[in-house]
Amino acid sequence: MTELIDRTDAAAETPVLEELSMQQAINRALRVLLAEDPNVLVFGEDVGALGGVFRVTDGLQKEFGDQRVFDTPLAESAIMGMAVGLAMNGWRPVPELQFDGFAYPAIDQIVNQVARMNYRTRGAAPMPITLRLPSFGGIQAPEHHGESLEALFAHTPGLKVAAPSDPADAYGLLLQSVRSDDPVVYMEPKARYWDRRPVRLSEPTDPIGTSRIVRPGRHATLIAWGAMVHRCVQVAELAAEDGVELEVLDLRWLKPIDAAGLAASVARTKRAVVVHEAPLTAGLGAEVATLVTEQCFRDLAAPVQRVTGFDVPYPAGPLEPQYLPTIDRILFAVQRTLEY
Amino acid sequence: MSTHEPPGRDSIAVDHLPPDLTRALYTHMRTARDLDTEAVALQRQGVFPAYVSVRGQEAAQVASAAALDPGRDFVFPTYREMASALAYGVEMVGYMATHRALWHGGLYDVMESRFGAINAVVGGPVPHAVGWAVGERMRGGEGVALAYFGDGASSEGDVHEAMNFAGVYGAPVVFFCQNNRWALSVPNERQVAGGSVAARAQGYGMAGVTVDGNDAAAVYDAVTEAAARARRGGGPTLIEALTYRVEPHSTSDDTGRYRDETEADRWRAHRDPVALLRAALIGAGHATDEELDAIDARARQRAEEIRDGVSAAPEPDGSELFTHVFRETTQELTRQRRIWEEEVQP
Repeated sequence: MTELIDRTDAAAETPVLEELSMQQAINRALRVLLAEDPNVLVFGEDVGALGGVFRVTDGLQKEFGDQRVFDTPLAESAIMGMAVGLAMNGWRPVPELQFDGFAYPAIDQIVNQVARMNYRTRGAAPMPITLRLPSFGGIQAPEHHGESLEALFAHTPGLKVAAPSDPADAYGLLLQSVRSDDPVVYMEPKARYWDRRPVRLSEPTDPIGTSRIVRPGRHATLIAWGAMVHRCVQVAELAAEDGVELEVLDLRWLKPIDAAGLAASVARTKRAVVVHEAPLTAGLGAEVATLVTEQCFRDLAAPVQRVTGFDVPYPAGPLEPQYLPTIDRILFAVQRTLEY
Repeated sequence: MSTHEPPGRDSIAVDHLPPDLTRALYTHMRTARDLDTEAVALQRQGVFPAYVSVRGQEAAQVASAAALDPGRDFVFPTYREMASALAYGVEMVGYMATHRALWHGGLYDVMESRFGAINAVVGGPVPHAVGWAVGERMRGGEGVALAYFGDGASSEGDVHEAMNFAGVYGAPVVFFCQNNRWALSVPNERQVAGGSVAARAQGYGMAGVTVDGNDAAAVYDAVTEAAARARRGGGPTLIEALTYRVEPHSTSDDTGRYRDETEADRWRAHRDPVALLRAALIGAGHATDEELDAIDARARQRAEEIRDGVSAAPEPDGSELFTHVFRETTQELTRQRRIWEEEVQP
């Protein structure tokens, strides 16, 4: 874990303005990581010649060879179990599980092994593993292809959890995740993979666990992560037409959560609405609401609102838009908090 | 050899092995036997909350570990590999600390020992061995990974997934199943469809070997051959060592509820691996009774030293609750540690 890594190339990369999708930005980050550290390995189902079902690993096997970037048989638990063994032999594994819902077969390895091995061995066997997990819904996919597992991972001691919302953060957060000696579940919002926008890819400067104000405002704070950040920005744009200035806070790290960042924003706006795709009950929104309430109780002008998926299994395509937090539902919540 | 029938031989042969080696195997097995006896006693005295005996499996464990090279190989144990740990050179007070519940994974250094952390997930560490082995080949090393598991674990998906991965990658892994006939209360015939764990190797494209697990020489030969094959790029091997769990599953178990002890008594009387090896050493002229008595005395002394060491080992400090959760801790965990300091710390 102590080998010196030459980051000159990555650091020298001029942060020019480029038109990139999140899928391309993640690909670029993987390229940087594979180039800078010979111990980084990218593997999973169909990540090689195909380049992954979302083409996130496109071209990596060709560039770095079929030892550094390789396909595995179709068995999620063994993929994560293999990551543990590779880490114990000095590698820095970056496994991909193809879809959120298929992380469940690997939960034993993730929770009982990956998350605990450093603890179990009292630091002798660190697990510098980054699990890349295409996550969340919004693409009308089959069952088990639209799940939001962040509360499960955030609840697991020993794991860190990242969920970027745009290409630039996807790039920076992945660099941080893979370079970290702690295991990270890196949740990629599928619905935003193809979102192209002008971005500057640059080395991350904020420490792990830092949130980001995506849009400043003064009347209420919308707190979100992943694809819901974009939706909250849309809500803020609509609200602005009525003179309501909503702040949008992208949590980015779901563990550790930026408690201070939440407090700083809500102390100013005095109102908070947390938005996520996962079902309501015992979702991460409850954790966020508690953190806000604990820190800002005297500042709050209204109870923290939650706008989330319903407590139902993730639905099929036609019902998906009614399940996911809609712009209207978020606006209703904003209205409730403003009128409280 | 059928999994369901105990191997019937009342003697084993060690003539083909070097006397130094067979005496070393005997020393480790004898020490493990005594340490096992001490551990059961410590549980009865309330020093250990619970213990899982390895009695009757000393040959399978010691001979398999002794056939490896602790300088370059890596062992992935379960929670019942005390005799393997001993033979592999693991620091044994640290190993036994897990049974005193001082630290789940044990207090030995797993990376220095090249002997993975004690793992209570049945079958869970088996894919770790495959990952380690794939990584070893990628870095051009000659190390071999050995994964221990039992007949019960052979039903776990992870074991099957791991074998398939190892077969696909041709990974240098020795899958070593100690079939002790009882997965807690369930016997082989209600655990292993088809009757043989080793037979599954064929389906995963690897060699499958059944061996008398109470014959130290036979186990040593089988693992030596499997490790050599793996080392020269010949891929994985599945070894099924047929043995018998003569003791309860753990000190919390009650065998009277599910099995007739006459079978266990038969194994104790006729198939005790320590007694078999002792007789074979004398038969082969590798040692005299007097020499073996001297080894026995030293083994007993070592077992007592380990017993005393683990009994006297300090309990971990409460701050260690927080120390190894992350390499880079979080503000939240630091805050919780402060709560521990102010409100819990004695």
